[in-house]
Amino acid sequence: MNARYTEFHPRWYRPRMPVFWWVGRRSYLIFVLRELSSVFVAWSVVFLLLLVHAVSQGGQQYQQFLNLSRNPWMLALNIVALAFLVFHAITWFTLAPQAMVVRLRGKRVPRSLITGAHYAGWALLSALAAWLILG
Amino acid sequence: MAKRRAEPLVWLLFTSGGLAAALLLPVLLVLFGLVFPAGWVSAPSQAHLLSVARNPLTRIVLLGLCVLALFHWAHRFRYTLYEGLQLKHLSKLIIVGCYGGALVGSALAVYVLLIGL
Repeated sequence: MNARYTEFHPRWYRPRMPVFWWVGRRSYLIFVLRELSSVFVAWSVVFLLLLVHAVSQGGQQYQQFLNLSRNPWMLALNIVALAFLVFHAITWFTLAPQAMVVRLRGKRVPRSLITGAHYAGWALLSALAAWLILG
Repeated sequence: MAKRRAEPLVWLLFTSGGLAAALLLPVLLVLFGLVFPAGWVSAPSQAHLLSVARNPLTRIVLLGLCVLALFHWAHRFRYTLYEGLQLKHLSKLIIVGCYGGALVGSALAVYVLLIGL
């Protein structure tokens, strides 16, 4: 792809795009925000590992983790992260029927059923996790 | 060419990580990031959480969730940097940073969930 190997090579036509090309239009902005949700997915993994680590270290460390989670900055960060996580989940479940084409007896399973199954699984697993944690 | 062979694998990690993250992370963050800190419900005791976390099934599920979600981040963030910030020319650096970061995070998850716990 090196264009400089001969001086007679044609110049590529590459129109310049502004860096923040996605700010101007709503659908582009939503696209980039959706992509950015991955940062908060990674953050929640870090937060989860911090929690499990604190729990494994003993009561005092667990209390320190609880204090940290009560810090206003941490609380604000987690509320933002939560909004992005829910946004990720909803967009993911909405897109699922496009990625999964399930056929049953030669007939395509309707999209709404696939999305619905994802939401049902989400509710079920959330309830199960909450039940385990709250004991 | 090696990259082309790796692409289906990272794509598979991306999609399974996206699904795992969507299904399990919101409830965990709601509880530990909002409900307990805000004091709406009192946080469970350390002893209870320890017994739940030490269950082999919990360890496996959490490890799978952490590893897959990290690779989901790596793959998606890589393309966010390519397209959102037009950094395609830094491709090598970005690939090393993203997947390398996911690998380091996965190693930490193995330590926390299987060794330290």
